[in-house]
Amino acid sequence: MMTTYEALADPTRRRILDLLRERPHLVGELVEQLKISQPLISKHLRVLREVDLVHVRQDAQRRWYMLNAEPLAEIDAWMEPYRHLWSERYDRLDTLLNTLQQEEKQDDQT
Amino acid sequence: MTKLNVIAEPGSHAIQMSRVFNAPRQLVFRAFTDPSLIPQWWGPQGITTFVDQMEVKQGGIWRYVQRDNDGNEYGFHGVYHEVVAPERLVFTFEFEGMPGHVLLETVTFREQDGKTTLIDSSVFQTIEDRDGMLQSGMEEGAGQSWDRFEALLTSQ
Repeated sequence: MMTTYEALADPTRRRILDLLRERPHLVGELVEQLKISQPLISKHLRVLREVDLVHVRQDAQRRWYMLNAEPLAEIDAWMEPYRHLWSERYDRLDTLLNTLQQEEKQDDQT
Repeated sequence: MTKLNVIAEPGSHAIQMSRVFNAPRQLVFRAFTDPSLIPQWWGPQGITTFVDQMEVKQGGIWRYVQRDNDGNEYGFHGVYHEVVAPERLVFTFEFEGMPGHVLLETVTFREQDGKTTLIDSSVFQTIEDRDGMLQSGMEEGAGQSWDRFEALLTSQ
């Protein structure tokens, strides 16, 4: 089975998720907005359901596709160490730059 | 203090980071190219970083070494491919603990109203290398913010 990350690697699937983030959609609405054939949209939706990024709500004859953001938090957590490392590094650079600018000011005054 | 923006598109060889610094780019560029300044920001907290070699010119070699409290040393090195003061630096980066995984880093410095936007793009040899670097061996709690993740989703 595909991982969440692999499911997100496809730009069309990311566009579908962007639309679902606004509100739940019917397949027909996705077909219309993305200008992609229904079989293809259905295929992408199936992948997104497999990785639990999309849930379905049955409403009489209609099926509403909705975003489930929970697996995205996992990916965010996965990227966090890298972001953390660089945030710290750049925080120290920021401090250094402030110190250097203060030293320059003092040099100008003396 | 402004926040770091990280873009790592799924299935790509690249990572791009950007951040705004409240300093002219001349100074930010100096922080990247002056051997006496590197030890003050480049290494993680609690680890001593020193510059073993640093010849900031096209074809010049750089090598930084980090030493932890137990005396273990970790070396990093690369070659400068482009040095355009104070606009741009292009260089390779290799962690000596994982030889053969070379990445190409481009650092761009843009100044506006006395502030500098720093953009750091790294291109890895493989997607696996890129993903490995993203996960690189630190344990950290989960952040769950949607908007930080947005960059990942909307970038195409």
